[in-house]
Amino acid sequence: MNSTLDKFFGGKQGGIGLLVLAALILVVFPLALDSFRLNMVGKYLTYAFVAVGLVLCWGYGGILSLGQGIFFGLGGYCMAMFLKLEASDPESTKIQSTPGIPDFMDWNQITELPLFWQPFQSFGFTLLAVVAVPAILALVIGMAMFKRRVGDVYFSIVTQAIAAILTILIIGQQGLTGGVNGITDLKTLLGWDIRTDEAKIILYFVNAALLLGCILIGRFILASKLGRLLMAMRDKEERVRFSGYDVASFKIFVFCVAASFSAIGGAMFTLQVGFMSPSFVGIVPSIEMVIFAAVGGRMSLLGAVYGALLVNYGKTVFSESFPELWLYFMGGLFIAVVMYFPNGLAGLWHSHASKWLARLRLPSRRQPPAAAAQPAEQPPASGAGTIDAVPAKQLESTP
Amino acid sequence: MEWLSEFGAIAAMQGFNGLSVFCVLLLMALGLAIIFGQMGVINMAHGEFLTVGAYTTYLVSVLTLKYLPELQPYYFFVAIVLSFVIAGALGWLAEWALISKLYHRPLDTLLATWGLSLVMQQAFRSIFGAREVSASMPDWLMGSFNPTDAIDIPRNGLFVMAVTLLLTAAIFFLLYRSRWGLQVRATVQNRVMSRAVGINTKKVDRMTFALGCGVAGVAGAAFTTIGSTGPTSGSLYIVDTFLVVVFGGAASLFGTIASAFSIAQTQSIAEFFISGSMAKVLTLSAVILILMLRPQGLFSIKVRK
Repeated sequence: MNSTLDKFFGGKQGGIGLLVLAALILVVFPLALDSFRLNMVGKYLTYAFVAVGLVLCWGYGGILSLGQGIFFGLGGYCMAMFLKLEASDPESTKIQSTPGIPDFMDWNQITELPLFWQPFQSFGFTLLAVVAVPAILALVIGMAMFKRRVGDVYFSIVTQAIAAILTILIIGQQGLTGGVNGITDLKTLLGWDIRTDEAKIILYFVNAALLLGCILIGRFILASKLGRLLMAMRDKEERVRFSGYDVASFKIFVFCVAASFSAIGGAMFTLQVGFMSPSFVGIVPSIEMVIFAAVGGRMSLLGAVYGALLVNYGKTVFSESFPELWLYFMGGLFIAVVMYFPNGLAGLWHSHASKWLARLRLPSRRQPPAAAAQPAEQPPASGAGTIDAVPAKQLESTP
Repeated sequence: MEWLSEFGAIAAMQGFNGLSVFCVLLLMALGLAIIFGQMGVINMAHGEFLTVGAYTTYLVSVLTLKYLPELQPYYFFVAIVLSFVIAGALGWLAEWALISKLYHRPLDTLLATWGLSLVMQQAFRSIFGAREVSASMPDWLMGSFNPTDAIDIPRNGLFVMAVTLLLTAAIFFLLYRSRWGLQVRATVQNRVMSRAVGINTKKVDRMTFALGCGVAGVAGAAFTTIGSTGPTSGSLYIVDTFLVVVFGGAASLFGTIASAFSIAQTQSIAEFFISGSMAKVLTLSAVILILMLRPQGLFSIKVRK
């Protein structure tokens, strides 16, 4: 029992880190921010789902997907399709030539609800589809790529190309997808108005709870034997294969988990922001999502959340006051993170701040705790604890 | 008999369209075939080096119009050389400052060069403005070439083709017929061994990267004859370019040519029947499907690692 709990919370240190994060997003933000800003933080947190997924598949699995926007977008679109159908009941769309179908279909001379839209009239199906559609796509991509041992760099390029294809497809098929505007004018969820302030606050908490849930799942995966294997594969894939493990299946699994996390984030994005468009699917958003994870620390699930919050906050501040500086800042961030602190904020925390904290806490008896603390930090599961254990050299991907 | 000649004209023009797309793809891919194909460096800023060449050409055209208007018909040759030199020099700098430190971390190179591309895009926007600009065309590039009444082949398209042909030939000789090319290929195949036989692999890397960027600059210069240039023009091509190189098989110049040709022809034939965006979706999906069946690309050289 105790050991299972340990797996979820990552030992004492991981538990404290998780509590701090939970207090921040569940208590501090809702108390300190007005509902507009809180909604904005909620939006940032939906990106944190993607970043958490990327920590699993990129930081630990060594699989850099440049197409997480695909899954974020698919999750978001599934939710948006349900909401759109609810918003386009025959009563409120009676001015259209075909009442009862979404407005953009009517504009594109479509007179009947397309077949793949039909199931999205059911809420249960939508909830299933939000996770299942992206996960199945990830499964197909993963099967095709990893079973044939396609290398990491090629995988990145192919996922990027798939993101490009999906964007072109969504924009090109305006009548079926809403085109470049996306799916807009979403009003209610099962009759509950999602545009009011109270609804936004409730959705914020649902979002935060789901995110914490995803982090716990991530921790559990990393603490299990699977997590060890992922790291082993990242560092010496051939050796793991020769030990008799089916490397491809582990990669596919972690890629699917990352895809599902992103999709949940996408669905929550649609609910909180009230629309979904191809601008969250393509190459540029997908690669921006990678930088959230990189800034937070590619080896830290909690760091990924802070990374998503900080980078997005920076983006909002810069694009409000110095729009021309934003790209310089973003570009500089990419370069600096890669060149100077590859373990991101979490890495900085572990190499500087935590030592300083420890010294503060135990000023007199420094020697014995240093020796005692070592075994406590040993299980590399806790996301955070591993950073010290994994030297920068091991970040190199194996050829 | 009339329908036959009409059909012939359509086929000729369609074929020419395909050839122009092929030249555009190949021009973009040549530089990347050197950088990614030979060196294995994922340069996401490749499109921006292309844009550097395009802006250089634009600047040269503006300056000649202002100071030496009588030389306007010939400025293009100067512009091509300058584009090569400037893009190459910037590439040399990028390799020295950034990429040389990341050779053992390919995925991180990808992120760092993406950052570089963002910085370069914003720099273009600050210097040249967000609006698209176009270089002034000399008269001999305007108009079109009409062998019969029904066939209309634009001259700038022919010019781009000529540039593509010359550039490809030059790269072929440099890589496969010169001593320096031998060093590049040796370094690519076995870095440690090359160092052991006395090749300065660091220098080779730097020069190879600079050459790839310079080639991208020339491609950018050629593009100004068929379209205008904006800060983000280069980034539009980056996915297609990578797919061309990957599809052709890394480290194979012939593969790059063959893949650019097949992708371009598929695309332009498909465009004849369905809308442009769907044709693109179809082509890219086909490429990805083939890559899933044959991850090493169309042509690959066998190397013992």
